[in-house]
Amino acid sequence: MTTVLDRPSSPGGAPEEAPGALVAAGRRTRTRRRRAVLTALAVLLLAVVVVTLCVGERTYSPLVVLRVLLGEQVPGASFTIGTLRTPRMLTGLLVGIGFGMGGVVFQTMLRNPLASPDIIGISAGSSAAAVVAITTFGLSGAALSGVAVVAGVAVAGAIYALSWRRGVQGARLILVGIAVGAMLDSVISYAMTRAGVYDANEALRWLTGSLNSAFWPVVGPLALATAVLVPALLVLSRHLAALQLGDDTAAALGVRPDRARLSLLLVAVALVAVATAAAGPIAFVAFLSGPIAHRLIRGTGSLLVPAALVGALLVLVGDFAGQHLLGSRFPVGVVTGVLGAPYLLWLLARTNRSGGSL
Amino acid sequence: MTLAPSAATPTRPAPGRVGSLHRRRVTGLVLCVLAVAVAVVCSLAFGSRVVGWSDVVAGVLHPDTDDIAQAAVQSRVPRTVLGLLVGAALGLAGAVMQGLTRNPLADPGLLGVSSGASLFVVLGIAWFGMSQLTQYIWVAFLGAALASLLVYAIGSMGREGATPLKLALAGAATSAALVSMVSMVLLTRTDVLDTFRFWQVGSLGRASFAEIGQVVPFLVVGAVLAVGCARGMDAIALGDEVATGLGQRLGLVRAVGATSTVLLCGAAVAIAGPIGFVGLVMPHLARRYTGPSHRWLLPYSAALGAALLLVADVVGRVVARPQEIEVGIVTALLGAPVFIAIIRRQKVRDL
Repeated sequence: MTTVLDRPSSPGGAPEEAPGALVAAGRRTRTRRRRAVLTALAVLLLAVVVVTLCVGERTYSPLVVLRVLLGEQVPGASFTIGTLRTPRMLTGLLVGIGFGMGGVVFQTMLRNPLASPDIIGISAGSSAAAVVAITTFGLSGAALSGVAVVAGVAVAGAIYALSWRRGVQGARLILVGIAVGAMLDSVISYAMTRAGVYDANEALRWLTGSLNSAFWPVVGPLALATAVLVPALLVLSRHLAALQLGDDTAAALGVRPDRARLSLLLVAVALVAVATAAAGPIAFVAFLSGPIAHRLIRGTGSLLVPAALVGALLVLVGDFAGQHLLGSRFPVGVVTGVLGAPYLLWLLARTNRSGGSL
Repeated sequence: MTLAPSAATPTRPAPGRVGSLHRRRVTGLVLCVLAVAVAVVCSLAFGSRVVGWSDVVAGVLHPDTDDIAQAAVQSRVPRTVLGLLVGAALGLAGAVMQGLTRNPLADPGLLGVSSGASLFVVLGIAWFGMSQLTQYIWVAFLGAALASLLVYAIGSMGREGATPLKLALAGAATSAALVSMVSMVLLTRTDVLDTFRFWQVGSLGRASFAEIGQVVPFLVVGAVLAVGCARGMDAIALGDEVATGLGQRLGLVRAVGATSTVLLCGAAVAIAGPIGFVGLVMPHLARRYTGPSHRWLLPYSAALGAALLLVADVVGRVVARPQEIEVGIVTALLGAPVFIAIIRRQKVRDL
């Protein structure tokens, strides 16, 4: 996972021994830290996955979980774990990865931590389409997901087209996105005021993001899409690193800025739209994963993988808390929203003290 | 990463052109007032029921009438007055917020004021059993004030004080937090959801003169404070250091301006619900005629805000006869494209 970013500071051609050695030592420290953080996140994620599968209304031992996962029929446990908990866990995992990666691509490319897909109207496109589809056309299931994905990509395309003026500038894209997002929010509000109470409740739950309808039929398409889109994004992340240096430098490095940006946007948007279609726009996950990963890694190398891990952790922990820890049951989006916001405020306060930026 | 100030291009005209600029500003203001007058007439004349012009005149002049057309016109009088007040308040508040924060995106919605009011109203309904609009007003006002204070406090922490980016970030974070908390309450209380989702969308149709009377004092004080810090905001547009050098007390200007926006937005949100884009779009439109001077920008923004809100309300009443589309929805649908057009015209450096 070396990146273009590291190259300017590499010791090549340093005339003296000492600075080169210093740089190399610093680089080693950063690499070690990165590896340690990634390992810790992965272990933590594994632990959360195991706990999610074991604990619930009835708690099973990890051994029983393993037996069920290996295909053995265990009375009771096979249904609870095999039919309910596993697809829910997988959906949470994949959706978290999608939001985390999609969010960090937007934030990095637009060089603005505010510019995550949930703020600049990408998720709102999927949500608005879904709410209208629910309340007006009574859609559900695969048709609903399809509509949400298509609408998310279409809205992103519209935002991109509207902000095109001899190339796309990040600031303009953000502003257009916010405007489009506000329009879509008003569409959502309109659909909600026209709907019956039951529908509105469903729509609201869907709007905040929830894993309550995460069964095996949801997991299949989601896993397929993630399996295609995540490697694509990882391949494209080379361009992302180049774009971070500015359009001119990127062009000098052999990357065509507009084309690279468009392909990155497309893949990231598709990832976010697929995740939104599966579980709704789980609040704050796309927004927070990048900054948290950045804090942990301390600013070297690509943030895609760490952000994906953080995103998955956020979704799984949030869902677990919403189901079992908070008295009445809340969808995961409400939990991540309520828990995530204070964290962001704290982050902001810290950032302000140190005088840097996110 | 930086949101460059939009008002920070003080193109001071050459001495010979000052007269023409002044003339243009006066002409523009007259046009704004005319637009408001036209909007008022439209708001009285058009609605779910089609009425003749003679009925409009009669309905306004003779308060007690049996004629149903004239009664319909009369029922449009309070909402027209409310539209004028709320529109002007939102336009002013948007201009002040944008001036203070040097942030072209500043808007009651973005800086968390509306969602603060929303959360407090939801809590009032859910926990304290409130059901009267007169009760919501005070709770919403409190919520808006607290949310603004919170956002401003967080945004101004640290060495550089309240920079646009930090304010926007603080506003977005606070807003998201408050909306999540609103959802948390709503999901456990279906009855509250039913009451709230109608309040959640801004509308002018529910007001009576008694309720309007309750918010007028806040609006007046807010407007006076806004005008009072116009000169200070002109200086702020040049940057904090220059403003301090020009003898402005930045802390005082910001405090007065923030208080005025709290009063204006809080009262507007309390009586009409959250209405977006009036505060965001109108100052941008006004600035094209007035230049960066806030003594001109503020009255322009107020007049244009009132006109936009009334027109949006009329559109909402006429398009979906015999039902109505709430004005908050219409302003977003009308305002967002205008906003996008403005963005497209501006140079990226000025965004």
